[in-house]
Amino acid sequence: MATIPVMGVVAIAVFALLHITPGDPAVIIAGDYATVDDIARIRAKLGLDQPFVTQVGIWLGRIVRGDLGTSIFSGLPVATLIRQRTEATIGLTLFAMLISVGVGVPLGVLAAWKKASFIDRLVMLLAVSGFSMPVFWLGFLLVYVFAISMHWLPVQGYRPLAEGLWPFLRHLILPAVTLSVVYLALIARMTRASMLGVLSEDYIRTAFAKGLAPRRVLIHHALKNASLPVVTIIGIGFALLIGGAVVTESVFALPGLGRLTVDAIVRRDYPVIQGVILVVSGVYVLINLVVDVLYVVLDPRIRY
Amino acid sequence: MSPVMAAGTQHEPDSRALSPLAPSSGAPWLALRPGPLLARHPTLIAGGITLVLILIAGVLAPLWWTGDPLEMKPAVRLRPPSAERWFGSDNFGRDIYTRTLYGSRISLTVGAAVSTLSLVLGTTLGLVVGFYRRLDMIAMRVMDGLMAIPAILLALALMALMKASVQNVIIALLIPEIPRVVRLTRASVLSLREHLMVEGARALGARTPRILLRYVLPGLVAPLIVQGTYIAASAILFEAYLSFLGAGTPPHIPSWGNIMAEGRAYVQLAFWIILFPGIFLAATVLAINLVGDGLRDLLNVR
Repeated sequence: MATIPVMGVVAIAVFALLHITPGDPAVIIAGDYATVDDIARIRAKLGLDQPFVTQVGIWLGRIVRGDLGTSIFSGLPVATLIRQRTEATIGLTLFAMLISVGVGVPLGVLAAWKKASFIDRLVMLLAVSGFSMPVFWLGFLLVYVFAISMHWLPVQGYRPLAEGLWPFLRHLILPAVTLSVVYLALIARMTRASMLGVLSEDYIRTAFAKGLAPRRVLIHHALKNASLPVVTIIGIGFALLIGGAVVTESVFALPGLGRLTVDAIVRRDYPVIQGVILVVSGVYVLINLVVDVLYVVLDPRIRY
Repeated sequence: MSPVMAAGTQHEPDSRALSPLAPSSGAPWLALRPGPLLARHPTLIAGGITLVLILIAGVLAPLWWTGDPLEMKPAVRLRPPSAERWFGSDNFGRDIYTRTLYGSRISLTVGAAVSTLSLVLGTTLGLVVGFYRRLDMIAMRVMDGLMAIPAILLALALMALMKASVQNVIIALLIPEIPRVVRLTRASVLSLREHLMVEGARALGARTPRILLRYVLPGLVAPLIVQGTYIAASAILFEAYLSFLGAGTPPHIPSWGNIMAEGRAYVQLAFWIILFPGIFLAATVLAINLVGDGLRDLLNVR
């Protein structure tokens, strides 16, 4: 149950961001053309005229009630803005995660099984290239080839799920493939490493010796026991996916949380930035909690 | 277990290179001759050479038939690559080849600075935290909290409150990276502090700072070197992401990220503006990652 202190630290850190950076946050948020009145208004609105400890208390109290404040730019509640933008981000990250696990795990198993072969080397080279890949650059390459040159897929844009599943997916194919590459590489590498450890166990030799088909040994005997680190990386990698999503959404003009953040940064709309970070970090902590629970399911020896 | 299987499954081929000096935590690379090194670690060599080439290209940029990276020639806007302009020109008629070469300076500076500073600060913190139990509880909760925030979001938020400059980009990338180094250092310290040699040193009257520096730190050198290369690679990528999103290196300093950011409006017309800096970026990051993987095998980390 380390979740609550971690979220507490996140909340305070997100709040402190405004204060640890040099300069008066109200002046920075107001921008270069602000009048003294503008600055005073922002200072009052953000509660920056209160003593620091009071501010922390107010901030934490609001978060506990689920109030993330209001956007300086649009005047809308931050929670509403975030809710409007979650569909695109969830669609994109889930799609990317499916691709990564669906391709990464089999590649890792294959590489481990054919250890030190040409296939293994190729997979590992692809993996290291994968997470050396600048996400947005790869996005533009794919757009150039599949959208601009071949006209197979839309260049950019988004269709909400309400307009039908196919238009929704069609607009997400290129972004999801782009986003999945880094994550896929990580999963392939982790799966291989974990499988290598398991494949040298005696019971695997026994399984092969009693004449089971390699496919059965690899999946039922080896992968099942090698799955713990892979599940961990799926949890940890969520942060990678979100980071990549910020960039990917920008390339493909998807109205997701990443775009919301980038727009907020250009406008110095700090309540929005804080809100997004808080929500995303919360989801990250939650996912890792789920992963911890999954451990118990996957490995009955582990108990909390 | 048959001898064949034992040899095949228990040892990575690389560990043999180290076996004569396995117990030492000193500098095993000193004993390795270049010949066997090349044969056993082709990717390390390939990565190293690529990195050196990019370093030479960036540091000595004025020598390689470049012009002024900021000079605008409106008459030759958006020209495709040719014998005269190797990588083409952008919407202001600036030479992409020149800008790309100069851009490598920013990337390499950011990579080197972020990895060095995060190693120094993170190791110091990790050593202290790992050795004082009371500090440990609080400090590690703080680190967990910081690590729960996706690095790019934290860096973006920091950049939103600071002026766009290379120095601030380094700071913004450094802060998310430090907790990861602290955690790595702390984990090693926790296992090393139980080591017999530490107990012995303590029995002989050595004080904590001496134990940390003489007995614990040397055991950390290899994993930290490896970690440092990975940090440099990700810092270079993240600088490009920040600059691409308009929250990184200011536009008047060409960096791979902001060259590509300016080229995004011309994807259909002038793809070369994005293509070439991206090739350099991907190659640099790949080279550093290959060096990191090679060093990991060579130094037998993990």
